[in-house]
Amino acid sequence: MAMTRPRTLFEKIWDDHVVYEEPGSPAILYIDLHLIHEVTSPQAFQGLREKGLRVRRPGQTLATMDHSIPTVGRDFSLMDAMAVKQIQTLEENARAFGIPLFNMFDDRQGIVHVIGPELGLTQPGMTIVCGDSHTSTHGAFGALAFGIGTSEVEHVLATQTILQRKPKTFEVRFEGARPEGVTAKDMILALIATIGTGGGVGHVFEYRGDAVRGLNMEERLTLCNMSIEGGARAGLIAPDDVTFEYLADKPFAPKGKDWDEALKRWRQLPTDPGATYDKSVTIDVSRLEPMITWGTNPAQAIPITGRIPDPDKEPDPRRRRAMERALAYMGFQPGQQLLGHPIDVVFIGSCTNARITDLRMAAQIFKGRKVAPGVRVLVVPGSQQVKRQAEAEGLDRIFKDAGAEWREPGCSMCIAMNGDRLEPGQYAVSTSNRNFEGRQGPGGRTILASPLTAAAAAVTGKITDPRPLLA
Amino acid sequence: MEPFVTLTSKLVPLPNENVDTDQIIPARYLKVTDKQGLAEGLFAGWRYLPDGSPNPDFVLNKPEMQGRKILLAGDNFGTGSSREHAPWALMGWGFRAVISTRFADIFYNNALKNGLLPVIVDEATHRRLFQLVEAEPDIEVTIDLPSQTLRLPDGTEVTFPIDGFSKHCLLKGLDQLGYLLEHMPRIEAYEREHPPRFDTRVLVRR
Repeated sequence: MAMTRPRTLFEKIWDDHVVYEEPGSPAILYIDLHLIHEVTSPQAFQGLREKGLRVRRPGQTLATMDHSIPTVGRDFSLMDAMAVKQIQTLEENARAFGIPLFNMFDDRQGIVHVIGPELGLTQPGMTIVCGDSHTSTHGAFGALAFGIGTSEVEHVLATQTILQRKPKTFEVRFEGARPEGVTAKDMILALIATIGTGGGVGHVFEYRGDAVRGLNMEERLTLCNMSIEGGARAGLIAPDDVTFEYLADKPFAPKGKDWDEALKRWRQLPTDPGATYDKSVTIDVSRLEPMITWGTNPAQAIPITGRIPDPDKEPDPRRRRAMERALAYMGFQPGQQLLGHPIDVVFIGSCTNARITDLRMAAQIFKGRKVAPGVRVLVVPGSQQVKRQAEAEGLDRIFKDAGAEWREPGCSMCIAMNGDRLEPGQYAVSTSNRNFEGRQGPGGRTILASPLTAAAAAVTGKITDPRPLLA
Repeated sequence: MEPFVTLTSKLVPLPNENVDTDQIIPARYLKVTDKQGLAEGLFAGWRYLPDGSPNPDFVLNKPEMQGRKILLAGDNFGTGSSREHAPWALMGWGFRAVISTRFADIFYNNALKNGLLPVIVDEATHRRLFQLVEAEPDIEVTIDLPSQTLRLPDGTEVTFPIDGFSKHCLLKGLDQLGYLLEHMPRIEAYEREHPPRFDTRVLVRR
């Protein structure tokens, strides 16, 4: 057997997919799965039409609707004219170019990053792209998955490839026993708070360590989902028995002999002993608490019992100004503890935290409790399948009995394109991924947290440590 | 794509750090199905008052800023989503280049594909540019892509990085899709060796 240099998981997938690399040019990288939604695709299909090109591999492509569609119900009358035109455009494009589409009336519809894994389309060792930065989610299966712009959507539609410069690698080790009440969401917020929103720029994360091995598949999806918030376009977790068990019964998973062969391939993927990374960081999970954000980027996060840092103590003048601006926008004070701060809205949903295990976590807190007076709570499942499963388990009754709104699947108030949005000045505890100014509606103030912490805020009407509420 | 060779312009200073794509163009403006009209949503959260009228204090609304082609941005520009609407909106307003110390990966790539040049400068140069603009708001700088230099009003030149491929495409105004299409035989050869593992078209209901 030829001796080969030890390689990381990322390098193995990268090497497998380089079609061609000319010296001085980026690599031509082959794409195994292309996911599409209504917002970032219309101009790409328009480009194909203008150039007289077809979609090269419609069978490696899947479209869904998630960003612009209403979650109150499924009716065009709930949408503005532009949103209607946008989803009709996707419908026409899918038909004209032969791409399968789950429209908003389809019982398989869902958020693009929820349906890929639940169909078993997301598999170890694959390359996956979508015109959406949270494509990093799929990396939980040991797939190289990243968000692309609309020009690149057009490139993939036309050629099933993309031009890419090889990113560097960044090892993220989560070590130690995870305390009760600390979720994957808290782990990723802790990482981003440590390295900053630009910390991973130019890199691909690989999440390793015993605390990552101990996560179930959906927790791993949450972890990889927010890689982009740490600046990395992709985040990977080596496939293991947890991955294989989750995948085994999914519709598109290989069957029979194909499964055995796939397993053999997938077991070769994990990083070789002795392989090196360009950067590395270790987070001690045993010392983590539930995390919340206090500012306007996901790195501005603190442990729930902690205090907001004081900009006057920040030596870097630019970081200091950013902190001051964030505090002014959020209406918070330096040194303030957020526990007990009143909130107006709770949003449980998004590609970060809208899978069945996320809803079970939230339901654990809602069960036998009521939404606090004056608080509006939206629970938005990630897909029709998640919705059906939740209803089969009676979770919808728990949410509705508590006084929460139980919605149709979609991106909803994470991105506030579809009418689900905050009023100016409102505080929301959200399980989504971005607390940018105005992200959940102009003037809205977002506090990112786990489903447990969001549910605890819902039933108390203020920012609350969920741990004492866990039975 | 319009070629980019050299550009001389006054600067629009926007010192905010970590300007994310939701700031550049909020999601409510993303319902378009073409690339038109996005300039209206550029920096909408800062540019308009709650009643929808222009915020006279915001830099883009100042009459003397109209027609300027270079945005002098704070650190770490373009974090967040993959929306190519961000460079489309910047270009729609008239920008052809953005100067910062660091750009988010997806924004950087999207900008290059549209002929919007992201110019990365070191922190000292970045600070100096803001100082110069504060002292004299109408200074002009020149970006020369062939030599990869940014020339300051006092004649000093700093170089900026860009990969050779993107530079070539920008100088010639080439669409990168053309490059991929030229290599179609290689893509076909790869596909013969790597047959697809599934066909999503089984999902189509008739």
